[in-house]
Amino acid sequence: MTTVPVDRRAARELARRRKARRGTLIAVVSSVVVLGGLAAIVLTSSGWPAVKSTFFSWSAFKTSFPDILKAFWIDVKLFIAVEAVVLVLGLVIALVRTTRAPAAFPLRLLSTLWVDILRGVPTILVVYLIGFGIPALQLSGLPTDPVVLGGIALAMSYSAYVAEVYRAGIDSVHPSQRAAALAVGLTQTQTMRRVVLPQAVRRVLAPLLNDFISLQKDVALVSVLGPLEAFRVAQINAAENFNYTPLIAAALLYLAVTVPLARILDRMQARSRSITSGTMPL
Amino acid sequence: MSQAVLEVRGVTKSYGDVQVLRGIDLAVREHEAIALIGASGSGKSTLLRCIDLLDDIDDGDVFLDGEVITDPACEPVQVRRRLGMVFQAFNLFPHMTILENVALAPERAHGVDRTEARERGRELLARFGLAGREDEYPDRLSGGQQQRVALVRALATRPRALLLDEITSALDPELVGEVLSLVRDLKAEGMTMLIATHEMGFAREVANEVCFLHDGQIIERGDPERMFTAPEREETQRFLRRLLDARRL
Repeated sequence: MTTVPVDRRAARELARRRKARRGTLIAVVSSVVVLGGLAAIVLTSSGWPAVKSTFFSWSAFKTSFPDILKAFWIDVKLFIAVEAVVLVLGLVIALVRTTRAPAAFPLRLLSTLWVDILRGVPTILVVYLIGFGIPALQLSGLPTDPVVLGGIALAMSYSAYVAEVYRAGIDSVHPSQRAAALAVGLTQTQTMRRVVLPQAVRRVLAPLLNDFISLQKDVALVSVLGPLEAFRVAQINAAENFNYTPLIAAALLYLAVTVPLARILDRMQARSRSITSGTMPL
Repeated sequence: MSQAVLEVRGVTKSYGDVQVLRGIDLAVREHEAIALIGASGSGKSTLLRCIDLLDDIDDGDVFLDGEVITDPACEPVQVRRRLGMVFQAFNLFPHMTILENVALAPERAHGVDRTEARERGRELLARFGLAGREDEYPDRLSGGQQQRVALVRALATRPRALLLDEITSALDPELVGEVLSLVRDLKAEGMTMLIATHEMGFAREVANEVCFLHDGQIIERGDPERMFTAPEREETQRFLRRLLDARRL
């Protein structure tokens, strides 16, 4: 029996390309119709001029933006400082919560309380309590700078969240890894440091970055204590001119930081998926 | 006769209400290999884990070179540094390269200088046919290669005895041979070993003595030839027949 060689590859390739072209065309047309339609409805509506002058006034944007940008530096600096503290403090709390050493019992109790309380209380309440409460004590040696106090409050609140993220990572490392590390003769501490933690941290990079993003915008909560950071400056500008464009300007600045972080997060999640599916070394 | 390297006396262990070990007595002498056979759940893995002090025993004692190691006052880390253990699922550290896996314990647990630990790791890997793979991560290797790395990792600390916990059970059939031939080499070099295994042909060939574990007890033991050709206990016969039916013998 002889088989007739049939070259169907060219035909398949052609069909595939035709399908792809059609898909692109449909996507373009539907985007133009839907988005263009929405834009047309909004822009032709009777209220649009009022909306435009209230939220999107170019002159108000121009006059307020430099001040807001300058104030935004406080947010950026505060964000970086608080994040650094949170990463360390959260790890310490998570480690304390996972040790079984009897001597660490009071610490374990404290860190459980810390997490339960600070995770359950609104962040803005903590900011108020620390920001106004500590200066009210009138004790010498305590910080009085509202930015510092606000930073402390944020660090307290976020360390509770981040500790739980770390803990989830530590718990996710299979017990057999621990057994193998102990079996080669490592101590409990070495096992945690060399084997469990490196794997745990790699696994929780994405959720950690997620908390990063939340923190970066929650920095604006410090404004209730009075320091002239971006949100507060925008608020003042808005109130002076009865125009909300400065708030939009501040929003754009927060987005300029959070959106790139979110894209990095997406890429990291895609990467961790390929790690767990075994196509990539850790 | 010389003193046993490993000796297990009257060891019992339960998890909750389930009694896993019901009084195990066992001795492994220098250069000997003892095979532990028995159905899954008969207590083989638990026994090995208890000897390596990864699990606490309830009663009885384990001796290493005549010294009791299951005494509550005994420092488990020091004991584990004198023993090597290889697991069914390899348990390599996925975030480290092959060489880092092998050099970790000599460096961190035995205080060997870093460069020396790596140099020795390289030599050992080469000796067991893993030259050129040092800088790869475990998941790039086949199961057989991973298990060989796990063996090298256990050997890197020059253990007094090796505990092998069904080290071929997670492997595809065609990869079993390369791992077993390595264990055969170790036996020829005089390594003292306690081997839990489902590979009966291998146990028969390598072991000095075969112990049949049933329901947490060693109910029959003896010379491999006799154990496989003329088992006395009905449970042993039934176990071997089941393996024969599954064409594993």
